[in-house]
Amino acid sequence: MNERGMTSQIKFFWKYFKRNRLAVGGLTIILIIFIVAGTAPFLAPYDPGKTDVSLKLKPPSLKHYLGTDQLGRDVFSRMLYGARISLSVGFVAVGISIFIGILVGAIAGYYGRWVDSLLMRLVDIMFCFPTFFLILTVVALLGPSIFNIMVIIGLTSWMGTARFVRAEFLSLKERDFVQAARALGLNDRRIIFRHILPNALAPVFVTATLDVATAILVEAGLSFLGFGVQPPAPSWGNILTEGRTYIFDAWWLTVFPGLAILLTVLSFNLVGEGLRDSLDPRLRGRR
Amino acid sequence: MARFLFRRLLQLLFTLIGISILSWIIITQAPGSPIALTMDPKVSPKIIEQMEKNYDLDKPIYQQYFLWLKKLFTGKLYSFKDGRPVLEKIAERIWNTLLLNLVATLIIFSLAIPLGVFSARRPYSFLDNLGTFGAYLGLSIPGFWLAYLVILATVKLFGYPVLGLRSFVIEGLSTPEIVLDRIWHLLLPASIMAIHGIAGLSRYTRSSMLEVVRQDYIRTAKSKGLSEEVVYYKHALRNALLPIITLFGFLIPGLIGGSIIMESVFAWPGIGRLAYQAVLARDYPVVMTILTISAVLTLIGNFIADLLYGVADPRIRYQ
Repeated sequence: MNERGMTSQIKFFWKYFKRNRLAVGGLTIILIIFIVAGTAPFLAPYDPGKTDVSLKLKPPSLKHYLGTDQLGRDVFSRMLYGARISLSVGFVAVGISIFIGILVGAIAGYYGRWVDSLLMRLVDIMFCFPTFFLILTVVALLGPSIFNIMVIIGLTSWMGTARFVRAEFLSLKERDFVQAARALGLNDRRIIFRHILPNALAPVFVTATLDVATAILVEAGLSFLGFGVQPPAPSWGNILTEGRTYIFDAWWLTVFPGLAILLTVLSFNLVGEGLRDSLDPRLRGRR
Repeated sequence: MARFLFRRLLQLLFTLIGISILSWIIITQAPGSPIALTMDPKVSPKIIEQMEKNYDLDKPIYQQYFLWLKKLFTGKLYSFKDGRPVLEKIAERIWNTLLLNLVATLIIFSLAIPLGVFSARRPYSFLDNLGTFGAYLGLSIPGFWLAYLVILATVKLFGYPVLGLRSFVIEGLSTPEIVLDRIWHLLLPASIMAIHGIAGLSRYTRSSMLEVVRQDYIRTAKSKGLSEEVVYYKHALRNALLPIITLFGFLIPGLIGGSIIMESVFAWPGIGRLAYQAVLARDYPVVMTILTISAVLTLIGNFIADLLYGVADPRIRYQ
């Protein structure tokens, strides 16, 4: 696909995407959260790790927008830094799962036969495990560092992508342009990654966006059980979890991080659905 | 049908073996696994002895796997924590979890399908859009957070306890009051567990309905003069609900994952809480047995769903 073809595709996609107001709203919120996470050191009024016991559990005020926690740390500053951690967990985990998913799906779909059967049974097997419990178990075995959490979420959530990519490959590999590439004597690697894959990416974008949402929720759930990103590093999940001890005295410690998670996850879900609608030609023009 | 059944059974067997191998690899071969503990001088000889008994560490590696498998299914695996058979500990609590999940599933199906059908009748209307937004909200809300807000609200507003199977103080209550108390303690966690499912399934029903009403046979039914209602609720709905059978199998892993968090929040004495306590206590035989059993249950659920689908939709059998 040449450069001009690419830009006109993007224009075409945007024409449909922008009709979905919920998705556009979600995209706006994601962009804002990204900017906030990127500029956290400039925006944060206080050092997120600075404790001051004389200021502990103060309700939201003009000085501390979202109040302070049990150690007198500024919740607003911690949430800004938490955005970095929660977003990186989401994106790195999904990066890993997309990579594995594309590889497995492409190989299974392209080569077919026993390779396909073997890989798809592996997908079936992985799908049988209750993902959250599997992640919790392995994180507990290896220790809950942010690195382990990202890798384990990635390693346990690639199956959906693999199935989509495989399905695309099964139909695409019969098409004329693939036959032409074969006739030209291109090797399999080039056909798979340069010729077929770019045409199979649409469903990958959709699942990737939705999976970021899931990964952020999983990290929050792990934090809640004490196996998430470990304090003092702030993630939205562990701010919320530390706050629940004080739920009756300091509602702001529970409410704000929860709202941040909800808003972020919601935005990713809305954008993912918007992508699905505008990338799937069959759904276009229904609105 | 016989060929279809045979092929599915073969797949089932293959997947079953895969599940057991994967479970075994995670528990014995992963870095930081309990086997590594036997090298640690700080670990008491008693635990090491138990570990050797559990995993047959003196045998060759392939034998270790088969012996583990045999022990798993004959109930010869023992908890590290109290030395009791793992299956016995699970059996004690499984009914609580099944009850909770059954109620959650009933709530999901009885709310989600009417909601989805309602939305599909008036696509892109204000109410449908509201439903869409509500569904995304339901999919995005962290369950434990919502649970905390609900607990905070009920305790502050009604001053009524919500944790556990029942209230602690039940002396002086009449039988109907005790029954109501149990139902209250069951309904709250079940409803919160059901929210994700309601959101997902109602969207699924909606898009499935929208897909079906564009089919030719719906046009035929309309053009031969049947009323809108009959066409919609009889011809369309039946076909739209067909693929939902396959979702049954996938409900199990989601519910077990959800049970871990919800049972911990609500102090519900079920498998999920047992699993979490076992993870905390590094009680690996319990953890792995629950993991393996839930994978096998999921597999069986999928298998039954497949068969039902084959029975309900003859097209599937000949693929």
